[in-house]
Amino acid sequence: MIDSLRVLVLGKLDWSALPHEWFTIGGTVALSGMLLTVIAMLTYFKRWKWLWKEWLTSTDPKRIGIMYIVIAGLMLFRGALDAMMIWIQQSLSLGESHGYLTGPHFQQIFTAHGDIMVFFATMGLLAGLMNLIVPLQIGARDLASPLLNTLGFWLYVGGAILINMFFVFGGEFAAVGWLAQTPLSELQYSPGTGVDYWIWSLQVSGLGSLFTGINFLATIIKMRAPGMTLLRMPAFTWATLCSSVIIITIFPILAITIAMLTLDRYLGTHFFTTTGGGNPMMYINLIWMWGHPEVYVLILPSYGVYSEIVATFSRKRTALYVSNVIGLLGVTAIAMLVWLHHFFTMGAGADVNAAFGISTEFIVLPTALLFASWLLTMFRGRIKLASPMFWFLAFVSTFTFGGLAGMLLAFPAADYQVHNSLFLVAHFHTQIVGGALFGIFAAITYWFPKFTGFKLNETLGKYAVALWLTGFFLAFLPLYILGFMGATRRLDHYTNPSWQPLFMVSVVGFLVLCTGALTQILQIVVSIVQRRQYRDATGDPWDGRTLEWSTPSPVPFYNFTSIPEVHSRDAFWEMKQSGQTAKKHYEDIEVPKNTPFGIYIAAAAFVFGFAMVWHMFLIAAIALVAALLCVIIRTFDEDTEYVLPASKVRELEKAREAA
Amino acid sequence: MTATLVEVHRAEEKARKTYFLFWVYLMTDLLMFAGLFAAFAVLRSNSFSGPTEKDIYQLPLVLAETFILLISSYTAGLAVYSANKGRLKTAQVLLYTTGVLGLSFLTLELTEFSHLISDGNGPSRSAFLSSYFSLVGTHGLHITVGLLWLVILLIFLAKRGLSESMIRKVTLFSMFWHFLDIVWIFIFSIVYLMGVSL
Repeated sequence: MIDSLRVLVLGKLDWSALPHEWFTIGGTVALSGMLLTVIAMLTYFKRWKWLWKEWLTSTDPKRIGIMYIVIAGLMLFRGALDAMMIWIQQSLSLGESHGYLTGPHFQQIFTAHGDIMVFFATMGLLAGLMNLIVPLQIGARDLASPLLNTLGFWLYVGGAILINMFFVFGGEFAAVGWLAQTPLSELQYSPGTGVDYWIWSLQVSGLGSLFTGINFLATIIKMRAPGMTLLRMPAFTWATLCSSVIIITIFPILAITIAMLTLDRYLGTHFFTTTGGGNPMMYINLIWMWGHPEVYVLILPSYGVYSEIVATFSRKRTALYVSNVIGLLGVTAIAMLVWLHHFFTMGAGADVNAAFGISTEFIVLPTALLFASWLLTMFRGRIKLASPMFWFLAFVSTFTFGGLAGMLLAFPAADYQVHNSLFLVAHFHTQIVGGALFGIFAAITYWFPKFTGFKLNETLGKYAVALWLTGFFLAFLPLYILGFMGATRRLDHYTNPSWQPLFMVSVVGFLVLCTGALTQILQIVVSIVQRRQYRDATGDPWDGRTLEWSTPSPVPFYNFTSIPEVHSRDAFWEMKQSGQTAKKHYEDIEVPKNTPFGIYIAAAAFVFGFAMVWHMFLIAAIALVAALLCVIIRTFDEDTEYVLPASKVRELEKAREAA
Repeated sequence: MTATLVEVHRAEEKARKTYFLFWVYLMTDLLMFAGLFAAFAVLRSNSFSGPTEKDIYQLPLVLAETFILLISSYTAGLAVYSANKGRLKTAQVLLYTTGVLGLSFLTLELTEFSHLISDGNGPSRSAFLSSYFSLVGTHGLHITVGLLWLVILLIFLAKRGLSESMIRKVTLFSMFWHFLDIVWIFIFSIVYLMGVSL
């Protein structure tokens, strides 16, 4: 009786799930320590109400953007810890020595590293940047649906917490690689809760990404300032549009693929099993139909960032603007047609492999248009080498290098030699770190003054670029070589002594990368301490070209006192040239009210996910009903906006100018 | 006077945004169904010595389901029309009809499912049945959500009448219902008709 009640409420959860290994105890202590510190600080400084009212329930995209970047920064740190553990293990584990990690633990680490870096670090940083920049660039005050935006953010946070919950309950994460390929991830081969944590954290955060994608598409299509035609949009907005289109196309496929795996694990169906007529190879196809376009979701916004930066710091309008846009659209289209190159060796046959090899090579063409646009923008421009421009130059060197490696991998015949080797690992890290992440760093340096009112220290910024670039090549060039020497990916142990020196060099590279990251932290601290010195009162510190620079820094919550009218590309540059910037009039502004429903619904989704991991079906059902009730209450709430009268706007503006 | 014009303009703007968001959502849902259709196409012949498609499909029943759903879409469309004309009572009656038809569709589908399961041909019998139950069942789940939505819509319609935002909500429901009808047409043709003829 008691026992069946326990199963009904607690499912599979029991005492043995609590932490008892060094890494789970360490993780639990670290997580609860962080939690307690935050709680203590909030209580000591009496900031609970402020946090709830000003931040957690905010529908202001600027606030949500900053919260995205903070959480994603934490997850970047978490993913980097995983990377460090992998690096140290591989530099030690030769011959007699087996390093300091067990095989299964090592497998969990590389799985978590991949998932956290893609879903929670990079995606989070990008969603943050989009929230901060896109409404300002198109002359809007908000997104199409403020509720979907806060809900998307909180689902992302729910997923991020869920993927770390295994430290506290369960003690194991998925040990199946970041995409949990079948049949390994089926119940028969992975009976523990690790894969279930993987499933539910990705489902929860994936739903958030989908909402964000839908919201940005609707915002960019429906809410541009009068006069801003599609071909007058800033490059970053174009890139966000393309990225959102890919998100909308692929995330439903991810959701349904994971759902089928879930049915296999929970209800004994046979989609991807090796028995019952299931087809594990179908999973590989479906997951890469999501997986390949996903890397373009990551890189496209950075392309947009580079376009903005190159134009601003070359003091020229973007050369070949239309080709630039065609480049973005071309990448978007081709991104969906190349997924099979991830498994040329699965045996689809020469014809199919050739078709996908050729379509993969074609991605060079739109990318070349983008590079042509950047180079010709710089040509005969008055180039100012500020630190965002340094990030761009670093990106050109890494991305060209990694791109050439990618072209090699796209030949099926060559791919058979280096498939799943460290050559591949080095290639995609070059693209994602050297492409997407450098773009995000460039964007943060470039737009930082817009949201804080002061610039970052330039000298330290340039040191950071130099360290990242050096560290990057030092860490990953050895992996290219090791790949050619036959080292496969995901090795926790090897017997060839000639590999070890290269792994050692790679670790040194990682340490240089760490100093680069520390320099960036130092840069932010120094800039905050000396903020008076770096203060920018104009709102336009770089002599910018697009509408976001027409607002004061930090941006008021209503963005614009009156919605600007756009007559050309580079709208703000045009205004400055024709001296139209001084004109100002005030109008009534409709502002969305803050809402706690994003948090409520996401919290219910989190509880649902956690309950499903442990088969607590009663609690899962309650969470589902709670989420539905929240949706219903919010849908029929008519009081979601208030009007800020023009007189109040004038007052706020006068107060700001006085300060 | 100008103030009300501004308000009307804002309401229209808001409706446009909401409809667009909902259309995009419907497209994502369609892509999710595409994944299920793809899985079904791959696995439909993997009956693993269990029943094949020809053994289990009962076309007369499915044809009845199809007509019921088609008619319910028609009544849902008429409900939007009456709501826009400001005829609350007619809209309510039409929505009730839609609900009753939807419920009968669901009952027929669940009867079919329970027969299969009680014969030992549940979703875990073979890959074919896994994909069949998931595809048809996901549609059925959508219908269930739609019916729940309809109940709540009818409660608030009785309470609040045909305000601007209630008309918008009736329209959104109707879009959802039509979307489910289109998906069902594909299920009817690709699953059932092709299943008995191939």
